Amino acid sequence: MTDQLSAWQLILSGDAALFAIVWLSLAVSLSAVVLAALAGMPLGALLALTRFPGRSVLVVLLNALMGLPPVVVGLAVYLLLSRSGPLGGLGILFTPTAMVIAQTILIVPIIAALTRQTIEDLWAEYRDELTAMDVGPAGRMMTLLWDARFSLLTALLAGFGRAAAEVGAVMIVGGNIDGFTRTMTTAVALETSKGNLPLAMGLGLVLVAIVLAINAAAWGSRVWSERQAG
Amino acid sequence: MRAPSSDLPLVLDNVSLQAGATTILDRLNLTITPGAPTLIVGPNGSGKTTLLRLCMGLAAPSAGRVSWGGRVDSKPVRRAILFQRPVMLRRTAAANVAYALAQAGTPRRERAARVAVLLERVGLFDLAQRPARKLSGGEQQRLALARALARDPQILLLDEPTASLDPAATRGVEEIVLMAAQSGIKIVMASHDLGQVRRLAGEVIFMVRGALCERAPAAGFLDHPTTQEAAAFLRGDLVI
Repeated sequence: MTDQLSAWQLILSGDAALFAIVWLSLAVSLSAVVLAALAGMPLGALLALTRFPGRSVLVVLLNALMGLPPVVVGLAVYLLLSRSGPLGGLGILFTPTAMVIAQTILIVPIIAALTRQTIEDLWAEYRDELTAMDVGPAGRMMTLLWDARFSLLTALLAGFGRAAAEVGAVMIVGGNIDGFTRTMTTAVALETSKGNLPLAMGLGLVLVAIVLAINAAAWGSRVWSERQAG
Repeated sequence: MRAPSSDLPLVLDNVSLQAGATTILDRLNLTITPGAPTLIVGPNGSGKTTLLRLCMGLAAPSAGRVSWGGRVDSKPVRRAILFQRPVMLRRTAAANVAYALAQAGTPRRERAARVAVLLERVGLFDLAQRPARKLSGGEQQRLALARALARDPQILLLDEPTASLDPAATRGVEEIVLMAAQSGIKIVMASHDLGQVRRLAGEVIFMVRGALCERAPAAGFLDHPTTQEAAAFLRGDLVI
């Protein structure tokens, strides 16, 4: 009970350290969502609209990669970016950049796989009309991605949810450095193990509230824009 | 800019279409040239829709040849199709027409003016900013007509566009089709409504079991069919 009270006090008093952590978490996860969308949406649309040998294998693989364990992604990125790794020269291990890279890799399969399914279903509906209008392959992709925009928002939210909630990848490649690479999830893990339950609970509450707020905003904008565009 | 090539005459040369063991179209020979509207009539399952899809180039024959203005490549140049249930893009009515114009190669600066003209032509000017999917069935079919006309077609194929519309909406669609015919667009329309055939047709193509059974001027066909099958169909018998 007292732990809960002090968690609220921490949030309400606007603790600077807490807000720095919240801000970094949001910046890393939202950057990862943007990058993963730029890669994953065209990839998913391409996979939905093309037929080639081995495509089914790729679809199954992509669906399986949605469950990629964050620690495995973290480890892979760690090996790439560590001093002796192939990209070690960049010197970005234990920086927010490395965390964005790891989270992007983690959620590209989620966004790509959900986009593929959405675009494939919409293509079944649009195929005749677009063929009759002589729309080329690039035009098809753009049209379908745009017309599926409301459904694709769900794919983005799924990606964001995954990124904001994971600990393993950011812990390994970020290093949980105080004031630099500490996010909400790594902080919760650390503070819990230290026994600083008020801070852990404060961060946990903020994390849940943020995920809730972003989903509510997305839902609201979807309802509003569907009313505008059908 | 548009290629100077033409989509007419549309020629089906001994065209058959098999789906597995089923024959959907059976050795059709057909030449469509400019002129009064052609109505394709026949019982359900006689191959009307498949014939129109072949004419549009949306399906390929398993034997025989389809050609448009002497070309066999199936890219639509100046032909358009209206489906029984049109698919509205998830945008406004005006954006739907603008999209069709863009695909037809209309320069960007001319599009807004042409959108207005086309929407006016189908009576949807006041609904321009309405989401297309929120329009009624009749309004959607008129918007699909505006999209088809945006391609400046020489030939317009229509697959029972009024099958699920009430009489008032049907009249709206028929008026636009007649106007298009008067402006010189060749109309080829499937219908199972004999009243509609009487109202619109210049000539009739009667199909049974995937084959062309009779082709005649509309008045002659309706009042004095020459084949037994057509006579039975017009009497209201089931032609199997």
